[in-house]
Formats: sequence, C-alpha cells, structure tokens
Amino acid sequence: MGSSRDTVLERLRQARCPQAPLPDVPTSPVRFEDLPARFAQSVTDVAGTCLRVPGLAEAAAALRELSVVQSARQIVSLVPQVIRGTLDLDGVADPHLLEGVDLAVVPGEFGVAENGAVWMTDAVLKQRRAVLFVTQHLVLVVPAGELVHTMHDAYARLHLGAPGFGLFIAGPSKTADIEQALVIGAHGARSATIVLVG
Amino acid sequence: MNAHARAAERLVRDDARLHWHDAAVWNVRAKRDRAAQAVPDWEALRDAASRIKLHTLSRLPEYLEEFERKALALGARVHWAADAAEHNAIVLGLLRERGVTRLVKSKSMLTEECHLNPELEKAGIEVVDTDLGERIVQLAHEPPSHIVLPAVHMKREEIGDLFHRTIGTPAGLSDPKQLTEAARQHLRAKFMASQAGLTGVNFAVAETGGFVVCTNEGNADLGVSLPPIHIACMGVEKLVPRAADLAVFLRLLARSGTGQPITTYTSHFHGPRPGGELHIVLVDNGRSTLLASETHRRALCCIRCGACMNTCPVYRRSGGHSYGTTVPGPIGSVLSPAADMERNAALPFASSLCGSCSDVCPVRIDLHSQLLAWRRELDVRGLTPAAKRRGAAVASFVLRRPWMYRLAGKMVRFFGRLLPAGVLRALSGGWGREREVPPLPARSFREEWRGKRGV
Repeated sequence: MGSSRDTVLERLRQARCPQAPLPDVPTSPVRFEDLPARFAQSVTDVAGTCLRVPGLAEAAAALRELSVVQSARQIVSLVPQVIRGTLDLDGVADPHLLEGVDLAVVPGEFGVAENGAVWMTDAVLKQRRAVLFVTQHLVLVVPAGELVHTMHDAYARLHLGAPGFGLFIAGPSKTADIEQALVIGAHGARSATIVLVG
Repeated sequence: MNAHARAAERLVRDDARLHWHDAAVWNVRAKRDRAAQAVPDWEALRDAASRIKLHTLSRLPEYLEEFERKALALGARVHWAADAAEHNAIVLGLLRERGVTRLVKSKSMLTEECHLNPELEKAGIEVVDTDLGERIVQLAHEPPSHIVLPAVHMKREEIGDLFHRTIGTPAGLSDPKQLTEAARQHLRAKFMASQAGLTGVNFAVAETGGFVVCTNEGNADLGVSLPPIHIACMGVEKLVPRAADLAVFLRLLARSGTGQPITTYTSHFHGPRPGGELHIVLVDNGRSTLLASETHRRALCCIRCGACMNTCPVYRRSGGHSYGTTVPGPIGSVLSPAADMERNAALPFASSLCGSCSDVCPVRIDLHSQLLAWRRELDVRGLTPAAKRRGAAVASFVLRRPWMYRLAGKMVRFFGRLLPAGVLRALSGGWGREREVPPLPARSFREEWRGKRGV
C-alpha cells in the first residue's frame, strides 16, 4: 500500500504542473437588507417552511398547530422548551432503533440567507446524527440573530478541523430523478420546518 | 459515420423521444440560468473557483500529503490506489475483512469509472445504489446516462414498468410521487439492513483532513450514519486548500447542476463516527497523466455539476449512452480520450464547437478549445477516419490555391444546378442524410460583391 502512495505522489510530481498562486480567502459583496425575510424566502425556495416567532413559547404554540406535529407519535426533541420528546436520544445505543421516529426537533446553529441552509453539528446529536435523516419530519429551531448573508460568511464563523460531523440542511429531502418532476421526501425528511426565534 | 454518431442512432431515429430528451435536459439548463443570474457576483465566483483549482493542481502532491496527515490525525484511514483495479481491490478487501455482504452506496462517478459494482457482486456482496436515479439504472442493468440525472433518458412509464418487474410495485404506476414513495420504502429496508456505506466525495479540504458530500435525497447520510463503516472514494483532484474555499464551490455547484441555491444536504465529515470506521480511498487512475498534459490539465478542475451536458446541443440530441463512457457530454469527451485515445477517438468530434459548454462551466474549463485540441492530437496520431483525413488534405490543397478554389466553386455551382437533389444529397455524405441541399446560387459571393461595389 505504501508503494502505491509513493507511485501516485511521484507521478503527480513528475507531471510538473506550473505554479499558480493561491487566491485570497474569497468573500462576497452580497448583503441583504432584511436578513430574516431573505432567509425565510430562501427556505420557501428550497421547499421548506419558515415560521417566525418572537420567543420559544410562541414557537411551541406555532408548532402545535402543525399537522406533522399533531400526528407525530414518536418524537425526538433536543429543544424540550418547544416540544417534549417521547424518545430520549441518550437511551438509544443503536441508530437503527430510530427508524420509527416521526418527528425530530433539533436546534440549528445558524442559517444562511442566500440559500435557506441551516448549519448543525453532532455536538448536539452525539452519535445519533442518524435521527436527522431517519425521521419522517424535521423541525429546526434557529435563533433569528444567528443568520449570515452568504456561504462565505458561514465558513468565516465555522472552525472546521476537529473530529466530528457537521452539515447544512436546506429544506426537506427531495429528488427530481423521474422526468425532472420535483418530489419531496426521497429518503430523508418529508418536510422541513425552520422556526426562526427572536 | 463515426462511432458516437452511430451510437446516437437509437435516440435520433425516434423523433418524438429525441425532442422529449432535448427539452428535458434543456429545462435543467434554463433552471441553471435563472439561478446563476440571481447571484450578482457569479462571474467573480467562477474566476475564484478556477484559480483555486488551478493553484491546488499546481501543488497537488503537497496538498494530498497534508490532507492525509490531517485525516489520519482525525482517526480516518487513508488508502492510495494507482488505478481502478487497485481501488476495487482496496474496497473489496475492506469489506471482506469485516465480513460485509450488504453495502449501500451513494452516487460516486469514481466508482462508476472504476466499475466497482460488478467486482463486488462477483465476490458475493450485495451492492445497492441508493440515489433514486442510480437505483433506477441499476435495476435496469444500464449505466447512468448523465452524471447528475442518471435516469434522465427514461420515461416515467418505463420506470413504472421497471419497478413493477423488479421491486413489486403494482402494474401501470407512472406518477413520480408514487414511484418515489415506492423506492423510498424499498431502499429504507436496504439502508436498515446494510453493514457498510460507501460515498463519493465532492470536495476534500487539505487544511482540515475532512471532506464534503452533497446530496438532495439524503441517501449518502442515511447510508453512512446507520452502519459503523464508511468508505469514501475520491479522485486525487477533489482537493481544495482551505475550508473557506468550500463557500465558492458550494455556491456554484448546485446552481450550475440543477438550479438550486444549494443541495439539501451538504455534509462535512471529519474523522469517523465514535466507535465507527472511516476509510478514505485516494485514486489516481489516469489523473496524473492528465495533470502532465499542458493542454488538458484544466479538465481536472471539473466539479461534476453536469452543466456542460445540459447545455450541449449534441448531448441533448444524442443522449448520454451514445458516448459509451462513464462521463458523457463535453467534459467526458475531453476526459475519455486521455484515458483511452483509440477507443474514444470519435468523442471530440461529437461537438459543434459552439462553446456553450465553456460559457456555463462554473470553473471555467475551456472545454470547446480542449475538444478542438483533441481533434488535432488525434489527427497527428492517425486516429481520425481516413475519409476525414483525405477530405482535409484535398481542402488544404485547394484552399491554398485561390484560382483552384474559384474553379472548384464554379464547377460545384454548374453541376450542382444540373444534378437532381437526390444525387446531391448522396454526394454530400452524412450531412445530406437529414437535410435538403439548398438551391445553389448562379454566382459566388465574391462575384456578387464585385458587382455591388462596381469594381
């Protein structure tokens, strides 16, 4: 195996690609006047639902109105102030046991206005990140003060490199693999509700 | 007719289907335009992407070593493969050692390029492609016809029939919603039963040792968050130097590919899950040869968005399968001759050189110039058809002698007006097969021009 490593690296060195300078860390001039409004629009564009509420109590009330919340039997909640879960993630040793989850309520770290994506890491999910993908419906709770304009601003606040998993989620799972017809709910969540609090 | 044109016959002969395919693919190009136009700094992004990639290529060995060092420190294991056979052997070895017989895969053009699936299946491993489009073509025993939309060549009714035969859906289904739901149920069971997950890699970051996988369906994430083993296969050109560079590529990728502002899931993996294993397989398989080519190394900047396919008038009207390669369309026609010049000699000619591919490419690969360059290289190596070479030799001889060119023009106009249309069509070679020869003018442009200016 060591020999293939050397072979590949040696071949690449022999290719003698001429030096080209590394550009500065890229930035964008894009700035939105009303960040929450633009974020909400972007969430809608990626087939998600965005609810804006002043506080956690109102978030809880708004979610109780949703049919996906009303009909959910198995709920995993990492935002107990908003919805109480029926399944304690800490008690789930094997991610396969999450298969029956109807609704997952998870805090998002921040949102990106240009595309409606929400960043979260397994710091909150621990080893059970599978719940994000296994659940039938997903609710992400994001503080309205934690919005950035573009992906450049997103990476400026991320400090990647430590062991762990992090991801952007933009809307529900979707596919257009059959005649380009957009279908929501391919493998992951059939709906994504982003609750913008504050 | 060259090999690509012959292979395109099947689609071309079915006029209604040809236009359906053309419109379906063009629709994706239109979505890309709307998304790109909504980003004011789009052209600056393309510049940045191109410069970041060209810089990375210029220091690829160093960045690969940095990536490996960081990935190992995160607890991943890193494997190196010089070619497809070695890549397949590494993956098979990993699965065998761990007694894995059920593998779920998300989309990876690299494993298609290496023909991994048949190798694993021969060894008794069940391999399930989980991207819906990929699963459809896998069940149909066909290769993907597009790198982003693997089943873009199939109609909903055909997919309904296929699902009826293979996964037991009721006969006659054709609603994409119902078909997708059926696939969801079928594949959810496969996810739950899998013992290992394999993904491709969209971008790997040298400074962190992590990598990013983008999907819309969530299949990559489901595939690697349930079983304890994650194998990620990547070509050595997938690196970017800094995490901050991801912003550029993620803003470009989905907008260029499907017109979305970002894919639904953009997952960043840094090391294995606690208690799990992460294996990263770094693959050369001809990439170092391409890097050594002054003309073609830019093709290694490709981020596999598929925009050049969607815009290409030849791809849209010939279909992905006509190329006979893993990556079809303009970028495929640049990459494939580098891998096997003789086998893929027809592909650089499957282009009108209109340049639309270069215009939409998010990393500014000069695709149409590269196709032209390939034609020259193939000609020098004697790999262009004899008739084309003879024709070019005659044209070169005549065009260098103005008197002979004028005489030839006169003869064509004279006989052209006497001969019946059918004979002219036959004489015009492949050109006249689908077209009428226009009526020939009595006088040449030159003669008209002289008359007008009164010279």
